[in-house]
Parts: sequence; structure tokens; C-alpha cells
Amino acid sequence: MRVPVNKIIPFSSVDGPGNRTAVFLQGCNFDCRYCHNPETRNLCTGCMECVEKCPAKALESRDGRVVFDPAACVGCDTCIRTCRFGCSPRIRHMTPEEVMAEIRKQVPFIRGITVSGGECTLYPEFLTELFELCRKERLGRLIDSNGALDFAKHPKLLDAADGVMLDVKAWDEEEHRKVTGVSGEIVKKNARELAAAGKLYEVRTVVAPGLFDYEQTVRETARLLKPYLACGGIRYKLIRYRQIGVREQYAIYQNPTDDVMEKLADIVREEGLIDVIVI
Amino acid sequence: MRDIEMSRVNATREEMLETVKSPTLTHEQKLTTMTNLADSLLEVLELPEGLDELLNQPIDKQCICDLAEGHAPLRPRYIIPDYGKFMREGSEFLQLDPPKDLYEALNALQIFYRHVPSVTNFPVYVGALDELLEPFIDDVDEAQAKKMIKLFLTQMDRTILDSFSHANVGPAATKAGRIILEAEAELEHAVPNITMKYDENITPDEFAVCGINAALHSAKPSFANHAMFKGELGEDYVIASCYNGLKLGGGSYTLVRLILGNIAKRAEGIEDFKKNQLPYVCRIMAEYMDERIRFEVEESGFFENNFLAKEGFIKRDRFTAMFGMVGLAECVNILMEKEGKTGRFGHDKEADKLGVEIMDQIDAFNKEHVNPYCEITGGHFLLHAQVGIASDLNVSPGTRIPIGEEPEELLEHLRHCSNFHKYFPSGTGDIFPIDMTVHKNPEFVLDIIKGAFKENLRYLSFYSSDSDVIRITGYLVKRSEIEKLEQGRNVLQDTTALGMGAKHNGKILERKIR
Repeated sequence: MRVPVNKIIPFSSVDGPGNRTAVFLQGCNFDCRYCHNPETRNLCTGCMECVEKCPAKALESRDGRVVFDPAACVGCDTCIRTCRFGCSPRIRHMTPEEVMAEIRKQVPFIRGITVSGGECTLYPEFLTELFELCRKERLGRLIDSNGALDFAKHPKLLDAADGVMLDVKAWDEEEHRKVTGVSGEIVKKNARELAAAGKLYEVRTVVAPGLFDYEQTVRETARLLKPYLACGGIRYKLIRYRQIGVREQYAIYQNPTDDVMEKLADIVREEGLIDVIVI
Repeated sequence: MRDIEMSRVNATREEMLETVKSPTLTHEQKLTTMTNLADSLLEVLELPEGLDELLNQPIDKQCICDLAEGHAPLRPRYIIPDYGKFMREGSEFLQLDPPKDLYEALNALQIFYRHVPSVTNFPVYVGALDELLEPFIDDVDEAQAKKMIKLFLTQMDRTILDSFSHANVGPAATKAGRIILEAEAELEHAVPNITMKYDENITPDEFAVCGINAALHSAKPSFANHAMFKGELGEDYVIASCYNGLKLGGGSYTLVRLILGNIAKRAEGIEDFKKNQLPYVCRIMAEYMDERIRFEVEESGFFENNFLAKEGFIKRDRFTAMFGMVGLAECVNILMEKEGKTGRFGHDKEADKLGVEIMDQIDAFNKEHVNPYCEITGGHFLLHAQVGIASDLNVSPGTRIPIGEEPEELLEHLRHCSNFHKYFPSGTGDIFPIDMTVHKNPEFVLDIIKGAFKENLRYLSFYSSDSDVIRITGYLVKRSEIEKLEQGRNVLQDTTALGMGAKHNGKILERKIR
């Protein structure tokens, strides 16, 4: 079993507790306007435009596919800017064992891994297998997800994972469709069920003034989670919208002020969640 | 004492007059400079033949450097008093009874610090403050204790005018230790330097995180691999000055350093370096150190007459000496170039292997050399990866990878360090500025410390990329104080001038942020 891997960050301080290796899988079933790595959304169509533009000659066209030479790459991101399909040619198709071999290089400096994306739950069997390998080596295992997968139908995956870091993009259904292009009902179902199972490590909301009612989203999400706090502590992470990396047509929302972020943190605390962080 | 030429006397007199008139030196800094200039006129040591040509050279040729210890050492370079004994027994010379409460304990320590000499005339070790204060910490309520400790720390920052002054906390968690770390996080002072002795099996995560939070605000504490130091030096080791592992109740007579890059310049190639140049310079340096130690022990009278020795706060037979080195990176790179190879230290397997071979050779030399007054460390000196001095140009501290050439990933950097830390019981360390987002995730740093110590790293320092207090090489300076000095204004601490030199010559503000 091979999945498309966008990149592996050996040491990450921002993808869950402690130092973790973060694995980013390619492909996403949401299309969030504020996505700051839109090149992780889709799979390569083989148009070859990036091959022509690559200044380091790190890309090659072979049998209708783009072949990437990591040693030649200078990291200039020309390919990502060139791609019209929300993809990156610097993708490796890897098995769970191959990813595990990359993770092992960071032992003993990491406490675990976080798999993110794109949307990593597009590949639940891969995740389950990778997590089982990590579990054998006593590494922590977190899923960073948009909540589109019905986790209740994947008990093996949930058993193999320590928990999920779940994005709640917008509370209101219409606004969820506006922000992401799809329905958010499954996200709420997951939030409830994961929280009840003690598998909800964290929820996060990106605060983009002008795009959706973030006060409502934060308040309602906190309210939804409160009954489950006894099942395990849940952190609420409030993330400032930033223009960096966002597609040009969506780099139009304001950066929220410190006052806005602090007010939201207060709302979460008022609803009874103690662990709130703003980044 | 040997005669010297009148021209040298007159040159020194000119320097003394300049010192008297200096607009930027404070009164204390002038006194220290005057003392050093006077000392430079003494010629009492029997110097080994060949030393002059290696020692008295400009920085691009100098092979041995004695770090301004002077011509007639009147005290050991680093003195590590047994403060615990002082707390238990008081001092006859200082006319102090053992302290009975927190007020008396803090007062007694402040008095004692004033009387601990060193190469800088300020104490390089101010005690395991958590252990010393823990018995008294419940004398008052916690808010009061914290206020008193903050005043105590502020007094130290404004009167111990040199950030080579070092306190220790850990490895066990204590209330006093936690209060000290919280206070330092709030005060953001440069003095004292602090090390947390860390052992995953002893130090609770919560206490370590308290230390990491303090480090992200005030660039201290650093973290010492307790199990490693304990294994080499025994339970009663301390960390003093920059990061020097030494025995409690002892210290180091002297620290002299090899400038390896300049020794490499003398060599035709790797073989000549290993066979001829390095052994020759090591031998001269060891003989020079032997002579300095002989003078201190046999002639200076320090160990007979100073109250620290008389009352047993230090013991002559607990002293050793530090065989220092800098510039392994430059040494390896120069030798590789001489062999027509392009690989560089920190980036090439062959270059790194050469670095390890050079260290093995220095280590083997040291283990062969015997000094009669270093009984406590088996008759041998301890190797020391020296952190550099302000005037160093193209000389990287110890075995560090040059600033600007750090590996892309922190992981590779740490793996590289793990090849070299083991050689240096009397100190080495690497420094990592950390992106400020880590404020929200101090466990990130904790995981790195845990992993690093499993991989035999010895000593790690972190500071936040946006912090005012920063670690220069081993010591701490405030960026805002460097700016004052750059504008020609007086500054309180003498280490600020060293930090300014290191900023310009050593590019210390350009370290890769992790």
C-alpha cells in the first residue's frame, strides 16, 4: 500500500504536544479558502508545466509522470507556483514501512508523530498500519483532520491513534459550505463522538474576520464539548488567519487583532474549557 | 624575578594612563584592567622553550592562548567553594554564624560572594541555590519568599558584574528551585548564569518545563546531562563559569587553550599535523600549564593563606586544570583543503571523521600527561571545549559548527554534536536559538533534551529568538546593554564588552533559529 506523501518535517513544535515528526499526505476533500498550503489539495495530472519551469532541473517527465529528484531540488517552490491544479510534483509514494523508516531517524528526539495533510484520513488503512508500527516502538500517534471521515466507522484506526486534532472551520452549515465548499455536519458528529471516546486531543478554529461568524463558531464548539471534558482534557487552539501561502484570490481577509483573539479565548473559558491557546 | 626592558615598562605605563582616562570603563573595570597591566610586568614563571613563538602572536597565527590569566597567577582561575559547609558551619573569618532562616541565609550568601576570587575577581560559582535555600524556604509564605529571592537575584545582577558567575539547580525538583526559576523568568537578568542538572529518571517533567520557560525568557538555565557528569566527576560536581564541570570544594588552577586552526596552518597536511604539529603544541601547552600550577601551589601562598582554604571551603587536592581547545571546525577545513578535498566540518563524513580523530588524539595526549597537583582527576587535566573570546576572528568555539554553516535540520546538528560532547568533562555545549512559537509548547524543547542526553550530548542551551537576554558563547548578555556600549555609554557588567566583540567578530546574532 502506497500513499502520496507531500513532505515529512523531522522536528515540529506546532503539530501537537512536544517534539513530533509531522507527516503530510497529499490530497484533500475540503477546499478551504484560507488554506495556506493549497499545493497539498490535489493529485498530479501529469501536465508537465512544472517540469519545463524548474530552474534546478529537479523534475523529469517519464512515462507520462513527473519524476522528482530530491537531491537536485533547491526548494525555490517554482513548481508549486506554476501548478494550476493545487498540487506539488515533489511527492513521494510511500508505504507505511518506508514512512516509518523516515520517522525512526528522529528517535529518540521525538515523543511521537502527527499525520496531517492535505487530509490524511483519505487514507485510513495507511494510517492504521503506520500507527501500529509506531505503537510497537512506543511513539505517540495523532491525527490532524478536517473531520470529513466518519471515525465511528474506523474503530481500528481510532484504537491505533492516541487522538485527533480536529478543525472546526465554521459552525453554521451555510458558512461551512462557504469556507470549505462542503457540509460540516459530519465534523460536529465527529467532535461529539471523539470527545465522548476520549480521543479528541484538540479542536482548532482559524479566525478569519470577514469570512464567517467566528464568535458563534468558537462559542458553539466549546459548548458542544463541555459535557465531555471528564472523558479527557480537550485543548482549544485559536489560530490567526495569515495571508502567507494563501491563494491570491483569498488573501483578502483581515488578520485578526490581539483583542479579537483574546476575546475568543475568554469565550472558550467562559464555556468551561480551561486549556486554550492562541497562535 | 627576571628583568624586563624599560620600553615594555613604558608601553605598559601608557596603557595604564589610557585606562585611567577611559570614558567607557566603569571604576571597577578600570581597577581590574590596572591590576592586569601591573601583573603583566612580572616575569616569574619558568616558561617552556618554544612557548613564545606559539603564544605571543596575532589571532591568525596564535596556537596557544592563556586567556588573560596573567604572568604571576595569584589565585586559581576558577574557585568552587563548598557553600553547603558554609551554611552548616558559618565562617570565622567572615564572623558569621550558620544562618537560621531565609533572611540570614540570603544575607550570608551575599556576604560570602564578595570574598570569592577568580580570574575575573567575581565568583564563577554561586552555589546550588535550590539545595542551599530549600531548608529555609518555608520560613515565610511563598509570595514573601519569592520577593526575597528576587531581591537577592537582583543584588547579584547589579554587584557581580560579570556573567561568568554560575548557579546550579536540580536534578531533583524543589520549591526553592521552582521559585528561583520563576523569578528569573520574570526578572530577565544576565547574572547569574544558571544550569539545571537534568536526569530524566530524577527530574520531573514539570520542573524541567519550569526551567525551559525560564530559558525562553532569560536564556537560562542551560541543561546539563547529570548522569554523564556524575559518571565522570562523581555526585559532587558543579557547573561553573560558562559550562565548566568541576569538583565542589575545588576548582581549576588554570585554563589554557589550543587554537587548532592555527596549528593546522603550520602543517603540510593531515599526516604532518597528526605526527608533528599537534603533539608538539600539546606538549608545550601542557608544560606551560604545569608551570602555572607549580607557581600557584608552591609559590603564590594562596592555598596557605586565603580563608577559603584555611577554613576548608576549598581544598587544594580537589583542584584540577582545564586543557582547552577551540577551532576544531577551522582546523578540519584547513587540513581538508591542504589535502585537496572539499568536504567541510559539519557537512561531510570524511571531515567529521577527521574531527573525531583529532579529538581522540588530544584526548590520548591528555590521558598520558601527568600533573602532580591534579590528583582529584587521576593526575590528568580535563579537556575543555572553550567558548572563544571577543577578539577571536575565524575561530569557532570548541567543536562547534561555525555560525552560518549550521546544518539545515536541527536533528543533523544534534547528531553532529553527539560525536564530540563526550570528550569534555570540564565543559562543552551547543546553543540553539528557538523560534518564539515554542513558548506555547515548551515540551518540544524537553523532548530534544531527553533525546540528546540519551545520545550522549553533555550540555545544551536555548534562548528565544526574540529575547533581550541572549547567550553569547557560554555567558549571557543583554542586547540592549550591547547597544548602549556601542553608543559609547558606560555599562555595568564587564561581559557586555565581550558580547559586543563576539557580535562583531563571532556573528553570534546570526545563529540559525530552530
